[in-house]
Amino acid sequence: MYRYDEFDYQFVRDRTAQFADQARRRLAGELTEDEFRPLRLMNGLYLQLHAYMLRIAIPYGTLSSRQMRQLAMIARRWDKNYGHFTTRQNIQFNWIKLEDTPEILAALADVEMHAIQTSGNCIRNVTTDQWAGAAADEIADPRPVAELIRQWSSLHPEFSYLPRKFKIAVTGAPNDRAAVKVHDIGLRLHKNDKGEAGWEVIVGGGLGRTPLIGVTVREFLPQHELIAYLEAIMRVYNLYGRRDNKYKARIKILVHELGPEKFRAEVEAEYARRPKQETEVEERELARIAAYFAPPQFERLPRWSPRFEEARLANPAFARWVRTNVAAHFADGYAIANISLKPEGGIPGDATSEQMELVADLAERHSFSEIRVSHAQNLVLPHVKRDDLFDLWQALSGAGLAASNLGLAGDIIACPGLDYCTLATARSIPVAQAISRKFADYDRQQDIGPLKINISGCINACGHHHVGHIGILGLDKKGEEYYQITLGGSSATSASIGQIIGPGFAGHDVPDAIEKILDTYLKHRQPGEEFLAAYRRLGAQPFKEALYAAH
Amino acid sequence: MSITEKGQAMTANRLRDGAVVFFTRSGDWSEAIDAAVLATEPQAARALESRGKDDERATLVTGVYLFDAERRDGHIRALHIRERIRTLGPTVRLDLGKQAEGLGGAFPAENGG
Ligand code: SF4
Repeated sequence: MYRYDEFDYQFVRDRTAQFADQARRRLAGELTEDEFRPLRLMNGLYLQLHAYMLRIAIPYGTLSSRQMRQLAMIARRWDKNYGHFTTRQNIQFNWIKLEDTPEILAALADVEMHAIQTSGNCIRNVTTDQWAGAAADEIADPRPVAELIRQWSSLHPEFSYLPRKFKIAVTGAPNDRAAVKVHDIGLRLHKNDKGEAGWEVIVGGGLGRTPLIGVTVREFLPQHELIAYLEAIMRVYNLYGRRDNKYKARIKILVHELGPEKFRAEVEAEYARRPKQETEVEERELARIAAYFAPPQFERLPRWSPRFEEARLANPAFARWVRTNVAAHFADGYAIANISLKPEGGIPGDATSEQMELVADLAERHSFSEIRVSHAQNLVLPHVKRDDLFDLWQALSGAGLAASNLGLAGDIIACPGLDYCTLATARSIPVAQAISRKFADYDRQQDIGPLKINISGCINACGHHHVGHIGILGLDKKGEEYYQITLGGSSATSASIGQIIGPGFAGHDVPDAIEKILDTYLKHRQPGEEFLAAYRRLGAQPFKEALYAAH
Repeated sequence: MSITEKGQAMTANRLRDGAVVFFTRSGDWSEAIDAAVLATEPQAARALESRGKDDERATLVTGVYLFDAERRDGHIRALHIRERIRTLGPTVRLDLGKQAEGLGGAFPAENGG
């Protein structure tokens, strides 16, 4: 599994020491808040509604058991015994004290973690498929490339003061689980006619105030050209990006203002203008990084596990969990176990210290000490023997971690919203809780089928509501919370931005509105047709009628 | 019938730990909104604000601002839900924050208080 190299180690140590000094000077009054704010933000420390919040990077969502235990320790010692896993595959602690922060950063550095590049107009931590290096449908593990990009972009002088923040997502599988079409740059590995693998380069996607689907600037880029080509894109952005207007500064605006053709031409011109890059160093570097991500020593196992099959037959609750939460692994005899952080009526993405420790222990026992964080705010044990799944499930059940709802109505994405976030216009979590309770019944969720309900507490869209099959956006109307519903969004391979269905609802009316939408779907669907497909076929009309027709 | 006084109270985050605090009648900062001084005149509000800026410079607090509030039966209630949540803690974790520490406002965050 990937470990920081010596350079990173020293760098993070230095950064921690620097921040300790900056915090000391701030507390002593030698720095004003205006001077200190950018420094603390660069280290992931925000001031939120109730206290400081520390956002810690989990590069490509990969954590070791040891790191997870350290997060649990930090939550217990310096926070209120829990953390919140976010849609950016980060973790946030909500009750941090400024005076404790240097110690916390040192504790993170002890396990090769940090909070750098979780804020500011830089290239943010690269996100990827939570099943990377495990999924049966994967062409190659995308994390070495994600890591190469991280190393290339970390504190790159040319890209430290971009017009705006910059997010890159990478997927190595044809089924996009990394939402590459709604990132500033999305990279998708695929194969050409000759069977060679290369990258589709998608630019200018994004959510927030102006949600847009990215456009493909290169259909097929050989891997050794990747960094040089990314550099050309960044140059064009640095040159033309709107620094005058915060709301127009993201690359998506540039791409769509110039038009995809013109933007593509600019990038290609910049790319051609560059001296022919030596890619040898880069290839060597990639090989070096890839070694860190070498797959664990899988045992040679039969595909069929009698122990697993017997347990599944004997135990319906286990069978239900397997059906929803277990995914196919490329290695025979192994499986991907998804741990839902969405118990009925729970807070999406929250985990207690005890839960984190249990997951760390279980990963150690069953998954080569490896854990993933998904952008849907769930956890994953990527490499579990099928023989062990029943034991794993039993242990999870005992800790409230065995909700069988992955990808179903109960698996709601919700940002912290007005309960924690200072930018929020309305609460997200209570709405998620109410919907989760209403659709708690497993059979009902199964009947409805694959469904993504995404909730954001303001237009910044951290809950990715635009790409929810059902999106919910909390707004403030004269001091009252109300919620706008969008339908038909998706961040999968056929990405789309959801459309507003009509006037908004008060919070307590949202669950009923969702029920009407889903009843309409159930009434009109064709055999086997999922919600999103049905919506795309039917259009908004029947849903509008169900929601707004006069009774 | 109780009398309702309307005005503005001043809040900030305490610098060293980020705790939400309110400016009090005695000129310091309290974690409990009921200790807050309510400025009922624009002039008083301006005076409050300048005290707040002083305390920012003195690195006691950060992010000072005024918010609309009312006093009813001796308790202060923020008019906007955002501020009510700040005076209580998360509405989804009643076991955390001021509401759990006996420092919460006397009105719930949701309407109907
Ligand atoms: S969407 Fe808005 S409310 Fe939600 S976390 Fe992001 S900034 Fe905060």
